[in-house]
Amino acid sequence: MTQDTGGKAATPLTPLPKSPTGINGLDEITGGGLPKGRPTLVCGSAGCGKTLLSIEFVVRGALEFGEPGVFMAFEEKGDELTTNVASLGFDLADLQARKLLKIDHVHIDRSEIEETGEYDLEGLFIRLGYAIDSIGAKRVVLDTIENLFSGLSNMAVLRAELRRLFTWLKDKGVTTIITGEKGDGTLTRQGLEEYVSDCVILLDHRVANQISTRMMRIIKYRGSTHGTNEYPFLIDKDGISVLPVTSLTLDHPVSSERITSGISSLDKMLDNKGFFRGSSILVSGTAGTGKSSIAATFANATCLRNERCLYFAFEESPQQIVRNMQSIGLDLQRHVDKGLLQFHAARPTLNGLEMHLVAIYKLVKETKPALVILDPITNLITVGSVSEVKSMLIRLIDFLQGQQVTVMFTALTLTTVINEQTDEGVSSLVDAWLLVRDIENNGERNRGLYVMKSRGMKHSNQVREFVITDHGLELIDVYLGAEGVLTGSARVAQQLQEATGVALRDHAVSRKDREIERKRTVLESKIASLKEEFESVQDELNKSYVEEDLRKEILEKNREQMTRTRHDE
Amino acid sequence: MSQEVESWDADLNTAPEPYVLRLYITGVSVNSVRALTNIKHICETHLAGRYSLDIIDVYQQKDSAEQAQIIALPLLIKVLPLPVRRLIGDLSNTELVLNALGLS
Repeated sequence: MTQDTGGKAATPLTPLPKSPTGINGLDEITGGGLPKGRPTLVCGSAGCGKTLLSIEFVVRGALEFGEPGVFMAFEEKGDELTTNVASLGFDLADLQARKLLKIDHVHIDRSEIEETGEYDLEGLFIRLGYAIDSIGAKRVVLDTIENLFSGLSNMAVLRAELRRLFTWLKDKGVTTIITGEKGDGTLTRQGLEEYVSDCVILLDHRVANQISTRMMRIIKYRGSTHGTNEYPFLIDKDGISVLPVTSLTLDHPVSSERITSGISSLDKMLDNKGFFRGSSILVSGTAGTGKSSIAATFANATCLRNERCLYFAFEESPQQIVRNMQSIGLDLQRHVDKGLLQFHAARPTLNGLEMHLVAIYKLVKETKPALVILDPITNLITVGSVSEVKSMLIRLIDFLQGQQVTVMFTALTLTTVINEQTDEGVSSLVDAWLLVRDIENNGERNRGLYVMKSRGMKHSNQVREFVITDHGLELIDVYLGAEGVLTGSARVAQQLQEATGVALRDHAVSRKDREIERKRTVLESKIASLKEEFESVQDELNKSYVEEDLRKEILEKNREQMTRTRHDE
Repeated sequence: MSQEVESWDADLNTAPEPYVLRLYITGVSVNSVRALTNIKHICETHLAGRYSLDIIDVYQQKDSAEQAQIIALPLLIKVLPLPVRRLIGDLSNTELVLNALGLS
């Protein structure tokens, strides 16, 4: 009870003020940036990007947030640093001239120094304080302060002075990044994490199967919630990009708009309307079944609607795809020229999975496409395990659906048996699943297309023969007979056979008709002869009647004659 | 040849070079005062008449800290004779100081 009342304090709570870093994604996972006016420790092994992260923090602070910064370099000289980050488009010399940045290189060489008694690091304080005051700095980087330990031997003094330094920096109210090399079993070699307790960020550069992945994790962030996962990050020409990939909330908006697949007969199978916008579509099948052609046709249809399409090719070069698709009557080059279709071709082994994800994420954010194609996802398995690929694809689908981007994956199935699951196990994640399957018969291979699933719409349960022609893709009703599914020449043969059957039947029918005709003629003639017979019998009978009458008449006449004669006597 | 070298060595020994020393301190802190006392004593004892000692208060000349690559204070720099040596601390370890200055 007392705790409850204590929690409802009357005064409004002020959240921890934060200094935005301006680094893509880092501000999202830290909930706004690094703790303002406090030191943050960035640690990691050699070459993991500590210096780059800290220099980007200072440069972006100066350029984007109006906070000048001091970069105290214990490792690199100022001009070396300037050269190193020039490739990122950071002009340190110009920033220094504009008093937005001050680089101070601290040179310590043990061989030049003799320790002759008690000392302190007041020189460092004065130097740093002077640098801060000279440009009114709000941000400070100490990279890598642990180098002091190699130059000076009095540990007790160093530790005491470092503790004093961090307190002093807090009092100065500057947001500080201290970098530290990862030690054996500790975050930093000299245990700097003991002194810096506000925020600790660990960078990692790991290599698995000869493929490197950069990871970032916020180990602690006092007074603030933060993402706790390991986030992959990318260093490219724009500096660091962190990908917050775990917001798996499944509450993205959905669209009921339907978009054509580019194949009208396929649209007919899908409730006559096509796919949902923003849905995920998987096209799987064995090698050479035309998966890429389906994807390219879909891309073509998207571009024809004047929408952007981003095509990630993991197997073929863009030129190759454009050339190959010409053979089926698709002119992708004009979409490329118009900037509607963008290819991004790279071997999967170029990067780790997470790096691919970050690269995709970044490109999608930049180009804002309506459709993203990944062709094929199967190759990603070479750089990660099945579960890793699946987790990557889950995050990708979530991200794309959150952006209302339609995505089409192609996947190669290695067995000819229809699997319940694709090899990447993504079939349960996608909204629609098309399966293209080889049907081998009569010494030829034909393609059959099924709609395995299609969420939220009535769809055909039938297999269609999938035909690639010079002018595009077509689906033809396969012949389903007593002999099973017939495709290709077998289907044609069956059709011919049926035509023959019809002809034969027609012939048979006409022969029977003639037979009947003949029978009727025979019967009719029979009837005629019987009639004649009857007439002759009738005549015969009539003849006796006439003779009887005649005899009777004659007898009558004779009797009258006799009577008359008798009377006349 | 060997004679020349010997005379060169003799020259060095007979005409000792002047010492140019620079001491960086921070105001009147304990270490600074002690360092000042120590270096003055050493100079008077071993380098009487052939040294110059600049005393710089870093608090007063803050930009000197960056120029002279100062981290730890007090700092004594032996500018001449070459090589340049940097001695940090309150110079209380006389033996070490003499060694570093090449006076032992």
